[in-house]
Amino acid sequence: MILEGTVHKFGRDVDTDVIIPARYLNTSDAAELGAHCMEDIDTEFVRRVQLGDIIVAAENFGCGSSREHAPVAIKAAGVSCVVAASFARIFYRNAINTGLPIVVCPQAAAAAQAGDRLRVDLAAGTVENVTRGTMYAAEPFPPFMQELIARGGLLPYVAAQLKESGARG
Amino acid sequence: MAQTITEKILARAAGLDEVQPGQIIEAPVDLALANDITAPMAIAEFEKAGFEHVFDPAKIALVPDHFTPNKDVKSAGQAKILREFARKHAVVNYFEVGRMGIEHVLLPEQGLVSPGDVIVGADSHTCTYGAVGAFSTGVGSTDFAAAMAWGKVWLRVPESFRFVYSGTLPKYITGKDLVLHTIGLIGVDGALYQAMEFAGEAIAALSMDGRFTMCNMAIEAGAKSGVVAPDATTAAYLAGRARRPGVVFASDADAAYARTLEIDVAELQPTVAKPHLPANTAPAAALADTAIDQVVIGSCTNGRLEDLRQAAEILRGRRVHPNVRLIILPGTQQVCLDAAADGTMQALIEAGGAFSTPTCGPCLGGHMGVLAARERCVSTTNRNFVGRMGDVTSEVYLASPYVAAASAIAGHIATPEMVLSKGRAR
Ligand code: SF4
Repeated sequence: MILEGTVHKFGRDVDTDVIIPARYLNTSDAAELGAHCMEDIDTEFVRRVQLGDIIVAAENFGCGSSREHAPVAIKAAGVSCVVAASFARIFYRNAINTGLPIVVCPQAAAAAQAGDRLRVDLAAGTVENVTRGTMYAAEPFPPFMQELIARGGLLPYVAAQLKESGARG
Repeated sequence: MAQTITEKILARAAGLDEVQPGQIIEAPVDLALANDITAPMAIAEFEKAGFEHVFDPAKIALVPDHFTPNKDVKSAGQAKILREFARKHAVVNYFEVGRMGIEHVLLPEQGLVSPGDVIVGADSHTCTYGAVGAFSTGVGSTDFAAAMAWGKVWLRVPESFRFVYSGTLPKYITGKDLVLHTIGLIGVDGALYQAMEFAGEAIAALSMDGRFTMCNMAIEAGAKSGVVAPDATTAAYLAGRARRPGVVFASDADAAYARTLEIDVAELQPTVAKPHLPANTAPAAALADTAIDQVVIGSCTNGRLEDLRQAAEILRGRRVHPNVRLIILPGTQQVCLDAAADGTMQALIEAGGAFSTPTCGPCLGGHMGVLAARERCVSTTNRNFVGRMGDVTSEVYLASPYVAAASAIAGHIATPEMVLSKGRAR
């Protein structure tokens, strides 16, 4: 899958409280969550973001709470992918489980500026900065996670496991 | 091969002789938990995937603690989803308001976590249970939904980061000061993906409540888990409480660590994390010119009996500063009862504190003490991110119950010594 979009750039330690503040966690509705995405770090974000745009951040993106509402809100806001120098571990799991494409690529994250066009090739594991004419190799996912992604996330994987063991829940 | 406590727990669970950091395993879970924020999303996923049964109704815990007693109509709806799911699937460990508590205070208190367990929770502070020698980690709603159906979780075996605390803790220095100081040293991603193993003579001397506080905040350094090897203190805590005996492991002396950090605690000062990161630490004494509007004592970090007793030790016979609102949130109904029985509750109320029923409440800016624009709060909770407790311009200073209580009296950030030297009002 190839994703192309305009960069919205953030610094390090972007936490889940600014991605989706807790005052909105009294719902699980994706569209409602998406409407408040990044509100406490950038009040204009949801107005500026175009379908397919890409969030680029420095280290430890998604630190803090385990709320899956964070990747859900980012997806629902129209963001196609997050490229970061590193991700906090629960956010990383949640992104894979909910089908939000994420890419670990410190060099691409450092070089990209707000407004740049990025082209991310998930299968090839590359990040191209179209504006600057540069190309970067992303960190590959371990084979097990590739399998999860290929199966469409964790729950289809679990359903298949249960079926195999004849103990479908 | 020599193994750490974390590797031994995971190897046993996965049915392997040994595991290596980086290896991906599938392990049965001894307990899977979620709350009124994360469970509704998980229940929707569980039902959408077509699962009909939970793997074991006795190994699931559902705790409506965040926005309860329900703060508004929407949160009442979320709590109702939990309640109905719990009834439908005969979930044994569903805790209703009135029998409820903050999940990470409640579940150990109820004896639901044991040494050697593998526990996953749809809440980042699930790492708390490492204090009893379990492997315990936070996951998201989909992972929780999978665990409910499958009874298993996939895990990447973490590297371990060992912290050895030497020396004797000075008076008024608690597990909270230790863990804030540690996060200040290594940063909010200083232990990213790793297991933080707390050891050394200062940990051996630390109470269970202090150990829960430390493991609770492992996530604030980016860690997957925190752990303290069980000892006599653990055994005394678990006796007559734990519903399963568990399996006690300890790290081998020559186990491999990604990193080891030795910290001398003898000179440690009361420590505060300034806005807006838990790693932004400073001595409380250096912040005495910081005037405050509110103090919160409670949460899964510091809502246990020892925490309330420490606060009462400072507040007894003194008054909360006229400009300050003091809010106390006990961790569980049992903590309430114990605090009432030994006079702790009375001392806190007489000092001018508002004593709440158990809830997460203001810790995540939910209810029961949300901050207005530019207000400043000293809080015994675990996160001081932008907007965490209310308005985006409000500020949270993380501290121990001693420092929180002293600050409530002084009207600014203060150490116990600063207010104790002034004597009692009555
Ligand atoms: S007390 Fe705060 S940190 Fe702990 S579980 Fe509740 S909201 Fe989360």
